[in-house]
Amino acid sequence: MAERSFAREVEDLKLGEGDIFRGEGILAITKALLQSGVSYVGGYQGSPISHLMDVLADAKDVMNDLGVHFESSASEAAAAAMLSASVMYPVRGAVTWKSTAGTNVASDALSNLSSGGVTGGALVIIGEDFGEGSSIMQERSHAFAMKSQMWLLTPRPNLPAIVDAVEKGFELSEASNTPVMLQVGIRSCHVHGQFTAKDNKRPAFTLREAMENPRRDVSRIVLPPATFLHEKEKLERRWPAAVQFVKDNRLNEFFGPEEGDVGIILQGGLYNSAMRALQQLGLADVYGNSRVPIYCMNVAYPMIDDEVIAFAAGKKAVIMLEEGAPEYIEQTLHTLMRRRDIQTKVSGKDILPLGGEYTAPVLVKGLAAFFEANAPQLLGNRPPVPDAEPVLNDPKVKALAEVVPARPAGFCTGCPERPIFAAMKLVEKELGEHHVSADIGCHLFSILPPFNIGGTTMGYGLGPASASAFNVEADKRSISVMGDGGFWHNGLASSVGNAVFNKQDGVILVVDNFYSAATGGQDILSSRAQNARRKTNNSIVDAVTGIGAKWVRQIDRTYDVAKMRDTLREALTTKETGPKIIVASSECMLNKQRRVKPQFNKAVKEGKRMVKERFGVDEDVCTGDHACIRLSGCPSLSVKHTDDPLKDDPVAAIDNSCVGCGNCGEVSEAAVLCPSFYRADVINNPTGWDRFLHRARNAVIGWLQQRRQSSRIVFAD
Amino acid sequence: MDTLTDSMGTMLSADKPFSIAILAMGGQGGGVLADWIVALAESQGWVAQTSSVPGVAQRTGATIYYLEMIPAREGVTPILSLMPTPGDVDVVIAAELMEAGRSVMRGLVTPDKTLLVASTHRSFAVGEKEKPGDGIGNPETVVDATDFAAKKTVAFDMETLAAKNGSVISSAMFGAFAATRALPFAKEAYEETIKAGGKGVSASLKAFDAAYLRALKGENDKLSATPVKRLDPLPQTAGHAELDRLLTRIRAEFPEIAHPMLYAGVKKLTDFQDPRYADEYLTRVAELHAADRAQGGADKGFAFTVQAAKYVAVAMAYDDVVRVADLKVRGSRFERVRKEVGVKEDQILYMTEYMHPRMDEVCGTLPKGLGLWIEQRPKVFAFLDKRINKGRRVKTGTLFWFSGLYLISALRRIRRGSLRHFREIEHREAWLHKALEVLPINYDLAVEVIGTRRLVKGYSDTHARGLSKFDRVLDALPMLRAREDGAVWLKRLRQAALLDETGIALDGALKTVATL
Repeated sequence: MAERSFAREVEDLKLGEGDIFRGEGILAITKALLQSGVSYVGGYQGSPISHLMDVLADAKDVMNDLGVHFESSASEAAAAAMLSASVMYPVRGAVTWKSTAGTNVASDALSNLSSGGVTGGALVIIGEDFGEGSSIMQERSHAFAMKSQMWLLTPRPNLPAIVDAVEKGFELSEASNTPVMLQVGIRSCHVHGQFTAKDNKRPAFTLREAMENPRRDVSRIVLPPATFLHEKEKLERRWPAAVQFVKDNRLNEFFGPEEGDVGIILQGGLYNSAMRALQQLGLADVYGNSRVPIYCMNVAYPMIDDEVIAFAAGKKAVIMLEEGAPEYIEQTLHTLMRRRDIQTKVSGKDILPLGGEYTAPVLVKGLAAFFEANAPQLLGNRPPVPDAEPVLNDPKVKALAEVVPARPAGFCTGCPERPIFAAMKLVEKELGEHHVSADIGCHLFSILPPFNIGGTTMGYGLGPASASAFNVEADKRSISVMGDGGFWHNGLASSVGNAVFNKQDGVILVVDNFYSAATGGQDILSSRAQNARRKTNNSIVDAVTGIGAKWVRQIDRTYDVAKMRDTLREALTTKETGPKIIVASSECMLNKQRRVKPQFNKAVKEGKRMVKERFGVDEDVCTGDHACIRLSGCPSLSVKHTDDPLKDDPVAAIDNSCVGCGNCGEVSEAAVLCPSFYRADVINNPTGWDRFLHRARNAVIGWLQQRRQSSRIVFAD
Repeated sequence: MDTLTDSMGTMLSADKPFSIAILAMGGQGGGVLADWIVALAESQGWVAQTSSVPGVAQRTGATIYYLEMIPAREGVTPILSLMPTPGDVDVVIAAELMEAGRSVMRGLVTPDKTLLVASTHRSFAVGEKEKPGDGIGNPETVVDATDFAAKKTVAFDMETLAAKNGSVISSAMFGAFAATRALPFAKEAYEETIKAGGKGVSASLKAFDAAYLRALKGENDKLSATPVKRLDPLPQTAGHAELDRLLTRIRAEFPEIAHPMLYAGVKKLTDFQDPRYADEYLTRVAELHAADRAQGGADKGFAFTVQAAKYVAVAMAYDDVVRVADLKVRGSRFERVRKEVGVKEDQILYMTEYMHPRMDEVCGTLPKGLGLWIEQRPKVFAFLDKRINKGRRVKTGTLFWFSGLYLISALRRIRRGSLRHFREIEHREAWLHKALEVLPINYDLAVEVIGTRRLVKGYSDTHARGLSKFDRVLDALPMLRAREDGAVWLKRLRQAALLDETGIALDGALKTVATL
């Protein structure tokens, strides 16, 4: 079950013709899918489309009513392969994932799908994780569209445009028998806006009908000689069909005056930023009026040659606004101009940055340079452009660099992965540093302070595989880390199977937190919750032993730092050959709290005896060396200055957000830190026996305390 | 509407959207605040848009929510930006002090237009917390920058205010924002928005209102980089003859400037051991003071004496098993924990201490002869350590564990004969000897030698590391004693030693000193 519930928002998916839908981009996409008569939807979670998967999961009832099949795919490859249903049958299908990471994983299936082509509309919704806040390598999905000859839509970042792109995307796919990719950015996924809804549509042709009336056509299978025909068909039939459809339906848009010396060609996704930049240059207004002609490519691939030529011909110069590297569209544009022998100058990455986000200030700079060179008269009465430079150059502001700390995302309060890495630090102190291959997931935060553990990360579920070269005689072993998400996504075969098969003499640490936690707490195969629509509770230990692993240890409470440390030490030093696999399991605290807190409060309200735990620090005992923080980094474990004039440095302090996971106590005990930590157990609704015992104990303890106090000569406080 | 027409006849509107950037950390409710503002604007007939970059940033990382809004107009659709333009933001709301600093660093706050609404509380970053010394960023730097960069700043501790009203910071920020009147909406419209949200409405409204009123005061919280330390003036009497004798000694034997620190030291040591121990302390500091006076300390404001008053007390109140047990069993401590945890009348509290005693600590507590005897016999030591050295969960509220700790704390009476006490005196005297030796040659350096004691702290390994850093810093003395800037260098070495755990910065600094 995901950490964010869309139960309320899902109601909006039932809106009908003419209703105004208000909400986030991802919800709008879901609504658009239902309005398009989609038959099946799949995908794999990951920012920025995690919530799209969560919405779909929460929209179960709406989907059931419409006869739409939804599944959380095991990986992006599985999701892409799902689109195979649209190859032979006129059913519409959509899948979604984080790109480019997910598109990499899916590309095998996408290539096969594109080669044979589709009958029913096939839509791949990719959340482009690019720019600020991105958690992956900065690449472009555009390359996948080009190499497989799938069409790529990049609608303007507003709800009506995105919804339209979904609906038109299916039609385009069917008109050209080609799968279509719809690219949305991080911000457009989370943009709040509105659009006018339509009625949801039931699929015209159902999956059931398909299964009961199977069809096959050898010419659609990717196998020679059909593949050679596919290539020909792609170029000679599907491409022209797509171009025709895009033209006929005016998927690309023209803004501004019809005539002009210069023009702007842009990817749809950049439209809002470009308009803001033009506005700041005094060439456009907030309502979309522009003094410069604009050709907006809501279809980024293929290029519609005739439209571009018609736009560029007769202009002195055009500028191509294209985010990311390499500049595929710009290159195509140059090729086109050269082939048709058109002398319009093409600018782009010659004046704009090669990489990085094209924010309004970046575009202001680039466009100003372009106009200065090609149409200086446009810049006549230029209003002052917003400029923070003078402020940023002031010494008072520059001084901030010294004090404002970096604040990357990190482990949450009470995270069960923290003690695993604390244990690794302790083992490091005994056995020295080891090569650590990291993986994708929350556990990757171990590379940041205070742990500073982990050398490389090669892909989801590939941590142990990326340590496979280190399978030679040495005095130290490699350690590789992989999460339960990565394990089921790819790791069981590619990492564990590989290690068993090749007798990899390293340590594999599987961090099992019961969810695909980093993406928002979705259930996976080994999740411990009961999920009515999925089969959960499949043991990771059974899986690895089933695949042939021999040295396997299960730790069912990662907070036991001493046990964690001892197990790691054993794994690093045992004589046993082959992979040493430790499955370290404890529930993701973020999800656990969400699950347990309401239950706890309810029980307390009902008068049940409930014990609440949290931790504290005795500030008199703490000397302010912060060794505990260097082995923890928990957000709730902080520091504070005391008023004791004899103490220079701030002491450790635990705030009210503590969830009582016990990590600080266990760490200070295992690392022999200091005795200042205590756990406070608060008994709610104590029983009569509790009260009696407490009274009896207090009588004795209170008497002893009184006795000590009165025998002491001290200054009154 | 204001329009501009050019030669081409294009009509351009001069309307501009109102922009708000919210800087928060994941989980701080920045999203709730953004949604409220959007709902508020929409309810008032505006078009509003918000966007954010959550992703993994929802977990403690710094996040920006960006909003644009503009009054709706018939027949046209505004095009709103999804991210802020530096130098073009009307309002910045920062949910934490350093996030306010970050907003300035990103150019979102400019003097010509930006109203900054910031909570002044701190949520320390790992980089600040993990330093062995004081790694907390200077809040005054942020105040200087925001005062300079913002057109107007509304800054107070919204976190505490919200908590006091049983709510979370988003309600308080909404209230402070409402009070600025940056948007032309009535207070009631804000309140209606909260009510429409439907969750925790009454608490949110209470915090909203409190923040609204607080912001109207127009006075920002004053922040200081110097922590407030309690240095009480010397009282006339402490109500006990033995204590009064100590006070009389302070008054009679020391310059006034050292009185508060000596009083703090005397208080600490009577509490640590007994009045006689505090008297020993005064005797020791008096000797140091005599040397100070002889070296013309009067001209230096008796800096040596004041410094010694502080660190000799710190050294004498070392952290041993007895001290820990003593602090853990006190009635005042039981009461403090009750308060900190917020235990209510009908609840029962038990505490569990996480302790890990080792044979080292046991030997330290034993009488000197016996302790040394065991230490010199590794086999015996190892045999006993095997039985002692393990983690123990001590339930202080139960009779068994309480009486155990109580008995250990009673060892206070024989502490003066313990091995640990002997070692502490040895260490202390060696250190003070070094300081006294330097004093006639380089007064300022001697003061810094005393201050080096700050490096000794922690327990077990951490304590050992602190001691080694202390030794390494003082090993540089021969190179510095004749230098006029010796004190500055020793201070730098001490600061370097507090930068990281293993002493990498200290190594670098020592190398630099060696090249002087």
